[in-house]
Amino acid sequence: MLQTVTGPGPVGQAGALRESHLAAYRFMLRARLLDEKFATLYRAGKIQGGVFLGRGQEALSAATGVSLKKTDVFAPLIRDAAGRMAFGEPILDAVRTYLGSALGPMRGRDGNVHRGRPQQGLLPMISHLGAMISVVNGILFARRLKGIPGSVGAVCLGEGATSTGSFHEALNQAAVEKLPLVLVVANNQYAYSTPNDRQFACADLTDKGVGYGVAAHAVDGTDLSACLEVIGGAVARARAGHGPQLVVASLLRLCGHGEHDDASYIVPKLKNSPLGRDCLKLAEESLQQKQFADAAQFAVWRSEAIREIEEAVAQAQREPAPDPYAEKWEALSTENFNEGQGE
Amino acid sequence: MSITYLEAIREAQAHALRDDPRVFIYGQDVGAFGGAFKATKNLAKEYPGRVLDAPISEDAIVGLAVGAAIEGMRPIIEMQFADFSTVGFNQIVNQAATLFWRTQVSCPITVRLPFGGTSGSGPFHSQSLEAIYAHYPGLVVLTPATVEDAYSMLLAAVAIDDPVVFCEHKLLYYHLKADKLPSEALPIGKARIAREGRDLTIVTYSAMLYEAIDAAKELATEGWEIEVVDLRSVKPLDTDTIVASVARTGRLLCVGEAWPWGGVTAEVIARVTAEGYGLLDAPPQRLNAKDTPVPYHPNLWAAHRPTARSVAAAARNLLRQ
Repeated sequence: MLQTVTGPGPVGQAGALRESHLAAYRFMLRARLLDEKFATLYRAGKIQGGVFLGRGQEALSAATGVSLKKTDVFAPLIRDAAGRMAFGEPILDAVRTYLGSALGPMRGRDGNVHRGRPQQGLLPMISHLGAMISVVNGILFARRLKGIPGSVGAVCLGEGATSTGSFHEALNQAAVEKLPLVLVVANNQYAYSTPNDRQFACADLTDKGVGYGVAAHAVDGTDLSACLEVIGGAVARARAGHGPQLVVASLLRLCGHGEHDDASYIVPKLKNSPLGRDCLKLAEESLQQKQFADAAQFAVWRSEAIREIEEAVAQAQREPAPDPYAEKWEALSTENFNEGQGE
Repeated sequence: MSITYLEAIREAQAHALRDDPRVFIYGQDVGAFGGAFKATKNLAKEYPGRVLDAPISEDAIVGLAVGAAIEGMRPIIEMQFADFSTVGFNQIVNQAATLFWRTQVSCPITVRLPFGGTSGSGPFHSQSLEAIYAHYPGLVVLTPATVEDAYSMLLAAVAIDDPVVFCEHKLLYYHLKADKLPSEALPIGKARIAREGRDLTIVTYSAMLYEAIDAAKELATEGWEIEVVDLRSVKPLDTDTIVASVARTGRLLCVGEAWPWGGVTAEVIARVTAEGYGLLDAPPQRLNAKDTPVPYHPNLWAAHRPTARSVAAAARNLLRQ
């Protein structure tokens, strides 16, 4: 049931509209710069493991983050630095996790994009795609059982995740339970190297919503204003009790799957199409055109963000790495159940 | 009055629902229908809104439980058959089992697995999966063999702050009876000497306990005194009680209904060999199901799994060494 989303209250007001655009833009910019810093550190051999960038997906991600309240639940994916920050994740959490600081939220036990703070509603993804949806369902389900109203849970996916059994099971489950879930699918045309014509056969991914009895919304993922309007609307509908919402954003990943990947498989035709436009540049043009901000303001924000990122990197680099001798090699929280340390 | 193993499981869940508002039950047909085996009979009526039917989606069922646990609840999940838990395997071993270690947020979920062979059930309603779950760090795997343990260990499972895979044997559901529910129990992680002996130790768990005890009775008529250890919990595994028993008898036979490769019996033998090699008077032995899928026909099924007869035969061989 593809639906037309009308602008929700706050975006309908001029001041709030300006504010949400500028907030989202600043998260986009910070995410782009943070990602670029991670790519530099990766090339310098300062990061163990992979680095995954959100280049080209910042508008969608930031719009998702700013549409949520701090008391909501958010399960971001690998290209959601912008959304994470907008939801409240400190830059230092990201930097510490990428650099393996013992003081980060994952303390070197997990790395890069696998970070979060579950008790603050920010879930640390496992690598198995689609697997976080039912976990968010469970938090929303539990809040309903406990009589806590008004929460929304947002989950970010790529189009590849819509092929998984977990996606199917969890979206159906959310529909059966009428949970306030918003699934944001970044259709970035490739799942790692696999193009869409080898991934799914429906005419449009929003068609998948119909089969589950879930409202589905299409949006141009390169257009910040459209993302704010459509995702803001979907979040408002979920919060108002209209059940799960599926948002499918069309865009192009403007980088490899990870920094190890040169993305040579991305065809020029797509790069030169409207999908291949850089959402950050488009947002800057749009904000200037709307007279929300000017180039001088962008430059100030850029240098502020760079300073903040450099400070976080400098701090994390001074911090201790995890110590295998001090590590508690225990997987269970019930201390006396831990046995056989493998010695 | 008498109470069956199945009724004990139902009573433990009723008790948990009554005493702890954080508990809810979620699974296929567990609501008004009361579950495929009636382990949740009347609970949906007695605890409205807290015993809920789930779609046939084992992955999403477990995922929902993990989310609810993060939110402070204590979900009990019923897998209709242990065999189907493989569809939810990823959420159990990668989501639930890693959460505490990764984030320091504990994941108190109980996943009930009605498991093990019953005559005529075939390859997909008979499996014993305790070893595969025990293989993963971050899970507690319980295998109660008695009515009393079914009750007390299920209550303990709900109270444990970690994910628990609760393996309840379908063969014991209706036939195993006790006079009353227990008021106290051994702690989780402690094995029990089910029968004392001095000539040979049989280490086993769940329904195989009764095959082992019957074998011990048969061997008693031949003059042998067989000690039988009921593990109760396969993870954590009570190595101390096992080694102490082997110290008394000098001989070890491990019996499990699961497949042999890399299983609980292999783990027990590895530990005894490493920690108590000098206590052994003969090479430790094990007896498991055959390394094929579980057959349908009763003739084949009875030969596929260890029985009192095959356990006694294996014990005799070991006693001769």
